[in-house]
Amino acid sequence: MEAPFSIDEQQFHRIKTILARLRIECAARVVFLVDRDGQPIAFQGDIGDMDTTSFSSLAAGNVAATSSMAKLIGEDVFPAVVHEGERESIFISVIGRSLLVVVFDERSTLGLVKLRTKKASREVAALLDEMTETSANRKHGENSFLAEITDEDIDSLFS
Amino acid sequence: MTFINYASREINCKIVYYGPGLCGKTTNLQYIYDSTAPQAKGKLISLATETDRTLFFDFMPLELGTVRGFKTRFHLYTVPGQVYYDASRKLILKGVDGVVFVADSQEERMDANVESLYNLEENLQSQGYNLMEIPYVLQLNKRDLPNVVPTEELASELQRKNEPYFEATASQGVGVFDTLKAVAKQVLTELRKA
Repeated sequence: MEAPFSIDEQQFHRIKTILARLRIECAARVVFLVDRDGQPIAFQGDIGDMDTTSFSSLAAGNVAATSSMAKLIGEDVFPAVVHEGERESIFISVIGRSLLVVVFDERSTLGLVKLRTKKASREVAALLDEMTETSANRKHGENSFLAEITDEDIDSLFS
Repeated sequence: MTFINYASREINCKIVYYGPGLCGKTTNLQYIYDSTAPQAKGKLISLATETDRTLFFDFMPLELGTVRGFKTRFHLYTVPGQVYYDASRKLILKGVDGVVFVADSQEERMDANVESLYNLEENLQSQGYNLMEIPYVLQLNKRDLPNVVPTEELASELQRKNEPYFEATASQGVGVFDTLKAVAKQVLTELRKA
């Protein structure tokens, strides 16, 4: 089994800071960082009653499908995916194993979102590299709480 | 791949229900959804055709409780069973932590079960996984129907590594949670070794 991908508190706050700044800079409603497997990592902004878990899973499915379409037409990957609605729009930037997802409305423009996301993507990419490294190293360290999980702990989830 | 967030103290795992068309994968998820308390689940998302056949995937997040102070959340997915949706099936297996193979117990679906199981092994391999190593459970579904293959015969035909198997009638909920519990247990046990 692959080593779990993990994020510590400090990394989580750094991600949230980048997302918060990006949200302000491009006047977005909400900004998400999502793992390409569909796991939500962090978000900033006004989610209202949005189901963020489902949203993340669908964003990942969306990018997975368009990436496969890219390969079928001889492209390696579509680095960005855009969905424009009447009021709300979505811009997804693919950053390695993660997706930076910006939800915006008429208070912003696609051009602005693209521009600001490009800069934030570099910061996110660097942090993701760091997280990948610490996840691998943590295997023998902080993740030891996993090793402490007992059969009783697991059984108690189903009682 | 399991995702652990130390800031929000959450463990997230991905389980995929696999099997031939109309074997009851979506019915498993629907039953879990209907029988779970609202605070423990998210929405059940179905990307389906107009005739309710799964087109891309069904998805529901399920929170099982707390282990060592960490919330455990399982993301349950189904794949489309029909043969020609193979590209979608491959995508959904990305990052999988555990698999449930839902077999259709009816005699006339035996070939479809075998073909789908072979397809699972192949698609897991293409994503860098090995069925022999991944947490895996076999469910023998539709046991309420009259023309079913005897349990032992079906299990011996479909078992790949002495994995646990469960008789089920997913439409009535029989065996649904036993199956989920078995695969979730295997996933958490594997995580312990990680």
